[in-house]
Amino acid sequence: MATTTTPPAAPKLNRLGLPQADYRGSKTTLCAGCGHNAISERIVDACFEMGVDPVHFLKLSGIGCSSKTPAYFVGRSFGFNSVHGRMPSVATGAVLANRSMHALGVSGDGDTASIGLGQFIHLMRRNLRLVYIIEDNGVYGLTKGQFSATADIGSVQKSGVVNEMPPLDTCSLAILSGATFVARSFSGDKKQLLTILKAALAHNGTVMIDVISPCVTFNDHEGSTKSYKYVLDHEEALQEVSFVPYYEDIAIDYDPGTTADVEMHDGSHLRLRKLAHDFDPSNAQQALKVLGEAHTSGEVLTGVFYIDTKKPNFVQQLDLVDEPLAFLPLDQVRPPRSVLDEVMASLA
Amino acid sequence: MSSSGTLLTSAASSVSTATLLNDFSLQVATVNGSGSQSSNLVLLRTLFQMGIPISGKNLFPSNIAGLPTWYTIRASKHGYVARKKEIDFLVALNAETAREDVLALEPGASVLYDEPLALAKLRADLTYYSLPFDKLVTPVCPQAKLRKLVRNMIYVGAVAHLVGMEMPEVERALQRQFAKKKKAADLNWGAIQAGYDYAREHYPQPDRCQLRRMQATQGKIVIEGNAAAALGCMFAGVTVLAWYPITPSSSLCEFLIDYLKKYRRTADGKATFAAVQAEDELSACGMVLGASWMGARAMTSTSGPGISLMSEFVGLGYYAEIPAVIFDVQRVGPSTGLPTRTAQGDVAFAAWLSHGDTRHIVLLPGTVEECYELGLAAFDLAERFQTPVFVLSDLDLAMNHWMADPFRYPEKPWDRGKILSADDLQRLQGDWGRYRDVDGDGISYRTIPGNEHAMASYFARGSGHNERGLYSEKPDDYTHNVDRLRRKWEGAREIVPQPVLEHEGKGEIGIIAYGSSHPAVMESLDQLRAEYGIEPSYLRLRAYPFAGAIAGFVRRHARVYVIDQNRDGQMHDLLLTDLGAELGARLHSIRHYNGLPVDARSLTDALRSQEHQTN
Ligand SMILES: Cc1ncc(C[n+]2csc(CCOP(=O)(O)OP(=O)(O)O)c2C)c(N)n1
Ligand code: SF4
Repeated sequence: MATTTTPPAAPKLNRLGLPQADYRGSKTTLCAGCGHNAISERIVDACFEMGVDPVHFLKLSGIGCSSKTPAYFVGRSFGFNSVHGRMPSVATGAVLANRSMHALGVSGDGDTASIGLGQFIHLMRRNLRLVYIIEDNGVYGLTKGQFSATADIGSVQKSGVVNEMPPLDTCSLAILSGATFVARSFSGDKKQLLTILKAALAHNGTVMIDVISPCVTFNDHEGSTKSYKYVLDHEEALQEVSFVPYYEDIAIDYDPGTTADVEMHDGSHLRLRKLAHDFDPSNAQQALKVLGEAHTSGEVLTGVFYIDTKKPNFVQQLDLVDEPLAFLPLDQVRPPRSVLDEVMASLA
Repeated sequence: MSSSGTLLTSAASSVSTATLLNDFSLQVATVNGSGSQSSNLVLLRTLFQMGIPISGKNLFPSNIAGLPTWYTIRASKHGYVARKKEIDFLVALNAETAREDVLALEPGASVLYDEPLALAKLRADLTYYSLPFDKLVTPVCPQAKLRKLVRNMIYVGAVAHLVGMEMPEVERALQRQFAKKKKAADLNWGAIQAGYDYAREHYPQPDRCQLRRMQATQGKIVIEGNAAAALGCMFAGVTVLAWYPITPSSSLCEFLIDYLKKYRRTADGKATFAAVQAEDELSACGMVLGASWMGARAMTSTSGPGISLMSEFVGLGYYAEIPAVIFDVQRVGPSTGLPTRTAQGDVAFAAWLSHGDTRHIVLLPGTVEECYELGLAAFDLAERFQTPVFVLSDLDLAMNHWMADPFRYPEKPWDRGKILSADDLQRLQGDWGRYRDVDGDGISYRTIPGNEHAMASYFARGSGHNERGLYSEKPDDYTHNVDRLRRKWEGAREIVPQPVLEHEGKGEIGIIAYGSSHPAVMESLDQLRAEYGIEPSYLRLRAYPFAGAIAGFVRRHARVYVIDQNRDGQMHDLLLTDLGAELGARLHSIRHYNGLPVDARSLTDALRSQEHQTN
């Protein structure tokens, strides 16, 4: 055994005083190189950097390779692996029960765009405070490679089967359904994905991020429009995204002519520097238009398409007490005897 | 015979004229959407205020307006509140069904009808009262627009005269019905008087059905089962309610939301509850599981079609061991069946709902009091056993009007089951396992998200885990886990609401029944004794899994009739499975399944005929 002379460097701690190790989870069981693993790593980074408190963080998922991943990040937090396509409802109940929680849900394109489409759309309508991530690979990974509803027309399966059905665009659907933060990124784009995730954690409503996440086992070949190669060749970023959390100095210069600055409800700032498009992220119609155009041209357009920081979230709409419902004591949830007497008298 | 006998269009000589004093059923046949419900409630309340035991049953179509609907009020000095098979007094106002309705009556019954229907020609063995509704309503309601609504009050006045209702009580019932709407009350009172005066003038003779003041309803309330269940949920401390509308379950959530809005807001108007109308029952059930996992008391309410949709989630709840309270207000299946008719058709389905090995706790309220009390108990049991609990009501119990004693305020605090706090974990030095059987009862300890202890968290998922909640596909981990789940369920037998020995009879016959069959069984016991000298014992089930006392009851009787309101005798079959072949051989099945609430006469006849065959 070699003798060690220097002690290991003290790990870097975040603003809660926690090391990044506290944001890791158990070891992944997904295929090596699966895009989903990279997304888990970015979630670890984002939660660490944002100083997310694991005690007040929840991870939820549906069913699929993607939905297994909550076990692989923020191991100190509670997690719930629910049923196929129905995570939104479980998350809704969970957040209603305890409004102090930061919830993050992971879904797949099969989980969201087919079996879970109904719940997905209603989640967007309600604006529950939840970061909803679709790990989008165009196929059903866990059931071995069938096309999903986000697969592009003409996309070819390894076996040669060609997809004839038009894809559903989850970003457009989310915007149409009333979502208040809609973005698309790529599992291979570390910087953009991390920045969007950090902004997502600061958002006071539903965040829908469609992350193109190649399935190396079933959908990474020639002819697939969700392969690493295809996405690298066709990715076009709508903006250069940067994020300044509320607890950091925001006095970084930016040019209002080229950059949209979005102040988020906690005082954080999301900055979107325009690239090719002259784009206003508060304009849903414009977002739908560029998404449609990108679809026609075969581009993989990434960035933040739409953000509305004003709409109240679901808990605010329901006008709930500040304390989590789950922790209300008996005397706050069982009306006094006089109430029962009053009701009984009205029925006598 | 009265000298004004000519007015009785058919003064049939063969008709039994014995007075039915405080003991008859009155049925009003109208058209859905014609606003007759107010009139019927005035009649019902009047009887109740006169101290006479009543029940009111609404037989309505799956339709908003235009199809036939019947409301039946039963007055019973004996306190029988089940449906009575025979109708003694018919108010026939629906042209479409009038003929059939009249032909179905027993000889001697009375019929009050709208003159143009000319029903008196149909049969000679009935007593008829014809009233010109249109002519009577015009002077009391000058506004043509309102006449349709006011018109129905005319029969209230006429019936009041014929059966001897006390008019001050009629007026009081009317005032109550139109509590804050004085103009409407006045208008309707005019119509009632017009009906009363016309009947008194043309039919001075009292009808065979008669009422006289009693003292049997003092201190009682009138309530629907769904309102009672809603109260149970509110006092249980429900905080998250997720639902999707479906008859006959919707009114449970609607009542509950009304109560919560009124009684569960803080001084500054904030809600101590979240009520969500979900996009479907899958979602409603998912929300309940999500909320319960977080430590909230959460519930949903639905009917059979919704239960079908929830089945995957219920299985997850069972395996992930998440409390949930699910009301199933049963109706006739399937979705496009007879959605507004009653049945007990989901018993077997609910008991074992979902794929894989699943067994649930199912509560079976038999009265409106129990809709309240078992509603309360369901939350304690769900948390104690960390599992979904069904409360099986049905349309008859849930949507009809029942008399009851005022509900008792819960004396005990709630039972939140085995929960480890951060301090507990500190004491245990973090050594715990979410699915470990520490106490030998199959029930493990859980932590609630938000627990600050570093070892508190676990990953909730189905069956693929070891005792510590870590992912595992090992054969032993799986069998240990499902065996523990079975142990937990077995342990519930003696803790769930125990069966009630409603009547200790004489002889070797026993009856087992549950749910809304209860009032009919009680009445049938009297019929069996009076008519055949048979005196069966009667055990009323209140929960699944079955308590040991049930086997004891069966052992004490040679023949036990199990009463089901479904075609296949589902409870009979569950009992058979549970009791085993030898004891099970004593079970016999009586089934009622025509969509109408079961009545005593049908039970008496069925039991009598089966006894004939066995003896
Ligand atoms: C009700 C139900 N139907 C079918 C399945 C089988 N199933 C498991 S994962 C899956 C598809 C997952 O695809 P996706 O959401 O795209 O996730 P990926 O594996 O590609 O990450 C299906 C159909 C299931 N678990 N439950
Ligand atoms: S099958 Fe595809 S999606 Fe699943 S883990 Fe492997 S690479 Fe990832």
